[in-house]
Amino acid sequence: MSSSDAGVLVALVGNPNTGKSTLFNALTGLRQRVGNYPGVTVSRKSGTCDLGDGQKVELVDLPGLYSLAAASPDEQVVIDALSGNIAGDRRPDAVVMVVDATNLLRNLFLASQVAELGLPLVLVLNQADVAQEQGLRIDTELLSRRLGGVPVILTSAWKGEGIPEVRGGLAEALSRRTPMKRVTWPVDIAGALAGVAQAASADTGKAISAADAQRLLFDTNAATAERLGWTLERREKPLRSARERVRNSGYNPMAAEPLVHYAQLRVVLDGVVTEGLGKAGRTAAVDRLLLHRLLGPVLFLGIMLGFFASVFWLAKFPMDWIQLGVDWTKGVVAPPLSPYPMLQSLVADGILGGVGAFLVFLPQILILFLFIGILEDSGYMARAAFIMDRLFSWCGLNGKSFVPMLSGFACAIPSLLSTRTIEDPKARLATAFVVPFMSCSARFPIYALMCAAFIGPLYGPGWESLVMVGMHCVGLVFAVPTAFVLTRLVLKVKPQPFVLELPRYQMPKPRDVVWRMWQNAAEFVSKAGTVIFAITIIVWALSYFPRDASVAERIRAEHPTESAEQVKARVQAAYVEQSYMGRFGKAIQPVFDPLGFDWKITVGVLASFPAREVIVSTLGVTYSVGEGAEADSQDLRKAMQDAKWSEGPRAGTPIFSLAAVLALMVFFALCSQCGPTIATLAQETGGWRWAAGSFVYMTTLAWIVSMAVYQVVIRLT
Amino acid sequence: MTPLSQLLPGQFGKLASLNPERGVDQRLMALGLLPGMVLKLIRKAPLGDPLAVEFCGQVVSLRLAEAENLIIDVSADCPIQRPRQP
Ligand SMILES: Nc1nc2c(ncn2[C@@H]2O[C@H](COP(=O)(O)OP(=O)(O)O)[C@@H](O)[C@H]2O)c(=O)[nH]1
Ligand SMILES: [Mg+2]
Repeated sequence: MSSSDAGVLVALVGNPNTGKSTLFNALTGLRQRVGNYPGVTVSRKSGTCDLGDGQKVELVDLPGLYSLAAASPDEQVVIDALSGNIAGDRRPDAVVMVVDATNLLRNLFLASQVAELGLPLVLVLNQADVAQEQGLRIDTELLSRRLGGVPVILTSAWKGEGIPEVRGGLAEALSRRTPMKRVTWPVDIAGALAGVAQAASADTGKAISAADAQRLLFDTNAATAERLGWTLERREKPLRSARERVRNSGYNPMAAEPLVHYAQLRVVLDGVVTEGLGKAGRTAAVDRLLLHRLLGPVLFLGIMLGFFASVFWLAKFPMDWIQLGVDWTKGVVAPPLSPYPMLQSLVADGILGGVGAFLVFLPQILILFLFIGILEDSGYMARAAFIMDRLFSWCGLNGKSFVPMLSGFACAIPSLLSTRTIEDPKARLATAFVVPFMSCSARFPIYALMCAAFIGPLYGPGWESLVMVGMHCVGLVFAVPTAFVLTRLVLKVKPQPFVLELPRYQMPKPRDVVWRMWQNAAEFVSKAGTVIFAITIIVWALSYFPRDASVAERIRAEHPTESAEQVKARVQAAYVEQSYMGRFGKAIQPVFDPLGFDWKITVGVLASFPAREVIVSTLGVTYSVGEGAEADSQDLRKAMQDAKWSEGPRAGTPIFSLAAVLALMVFFALCSQCGPTIATLAQETGGWRWAAGSFVYMTTLAWIVSMAVYQVVIRLT
Repeated sequence: MTPLSQLLPGQFGKLASLNPERGVDQRLMALGLLPGMVLKLIRKAPLGDPLAVEFCGQVVSLRLAEAENLIIDVSADCPIQRPRQP
């Protein structure tokens, strides 16, 4: 993190949805960097802001929050950042406090908590356009005077109005270093705060700031005490007596802070805002329709199905183009390399395959984030969560889990990225954990192949469709109990409060939506992209080496009468069989034997780790029908229908019995055979721990369920 | 005195008391929901839970179980009969 350099650091703070990010973009332009705060999955966005007088400062966009009482990691990051407690980050030199001009009272609560930190501050009243529309007139000079002379600036970040004034205000705040006027605590609360500060300082040997003392006294959670190293035994008594003192003066200690702040803010705001005649917003009327008891859910389903269908179908075209582009490049690059088969395969299957492997996710990511951007900026996302919450709350998730889980049916990668819209970290983690269970489109080819080759011919198209639909439900059936067990027994969360603001409806700005879409895609490519690429190369190498020319000669000698095409397919099959991957597959086939998988299927399962759909082409190679087999390949279907066990107790019986076919599909429905998903999960949960847990859990579950299916069905048929 | 969870959509009243020890109530207090505030139940979600509640010029969603501790005085005369909707 670039922060030790001597420049000036300024933090953007404010309630969610006030327009911090919009203002941040307006102030920094394209000069932005995205990083991560150490140890937490909160991203750190910073950029360079020109103050207009030649001075340049570094601006950080902190997560939105309503109060400094640290209840979530996002909030903890803001407090730590503001007090300079983040490793490698210094304390900001000033704060730009962004508030919603249409709801000053609530927004200024956070501002006056931040004022307690004593930093120079600029107060930006954003969304001035809406305030004007509503007929609100705000006397910024009066407000500035009442707040101790801090610059107060009316802006519309959206329209770019007031941005130069913010730069000027910031320059002024930095040179004059005026802090915002602080609240006057009633005598007994002031005394209690002083007592806490003294006791904590004596016990820890550290200087305790006024803001820290307030967190220690007013917060139910112990985050601040733990950060200061004030142990439970030591703090228990002084805190109890300080709170007793507050209680005796007539305040509930847990309510004293908002009560005192709000009471004084009402005085500050008296006469600052005058309500004139304005247009009544349409939000209430639109809500009457969109949240209607009967119409609401119908419209919701319509919107969501349209949204899902677009992610699914719209992305198909660019994905096909990417595939075509990769194939075309292969066609251009590969032939000149034919004298060097190893290099040719490395370039064509390894490198180009690896680039294609993560590029192919981009269309879905872009389209999903386009829609999420529209849903969020229009204000409908909060309503969607409001409608769906009941269905998710009982298993520890919340209404915001719906969109990631729905889009999981298209692809887990963008869905995992979209869990960022969930504020509650435990619910976010649990959602990310169950998203890979949703039957993504990469599972489709294996279902299609199995159903078309076996279920359809044997039992008719009715059963074929039924099995297809059933396979799409298997994941969901296991996901819900998984979420329940994870949240209740593993994470041991008490049901989290789900207090969600339903913001006013607004027309999304294309520029903002596109910008956010682009940032998410860029972050995905730079973080998960490299891992996906590496996985593809490794799996390529394992299936390529060792490659002894004698194998090809032997096959040619054994099959002198066959066509060149057939011999080539056999040679490829033989190479894969004796590659590291083939040997490994053969070695661990006994593990998959109870599931009815032979070594070829086992190799297919292993080789499809970079992407599930690869199993189809791997089966094409191991069953000697050549490369590039697809789900509708007649040759592959026939080869699989004819395949028989050659040894063991099942010798002579078909490998792809109904039991094995169902077991294979169920295995793919539940297993975690997707390197990109694991890489993204690691990125989004801030480490490999959860990613590894997900892999082990899903693989074990897939093995057990698939084994049960095989053993039951084989006995029934 | 009625718990918010038992209000009918459209009903409003003054907040008589809440439970400051609970995390949810602390959140709501930060949003400005303090004793004496006028508050209105706008509607329930289609499945009956959560609730959409209006106070201090904002609409907030909270779960039924979280609304149990918010005691509303529906008979209090509310100077602002209808809190301003954004
Ligand atoms: N009408 C209006 N909308 C704005 C303004 N600034 C931001 N917004 C919108 O408010 C929403 C939240 O903005 P964002 O920057 O993401 O807020 P953040 O959560 O504080 O970072 C977005 O839909 C923005 O387009 C403004 O000045 N006027
Ligand atoms: Mg933001």
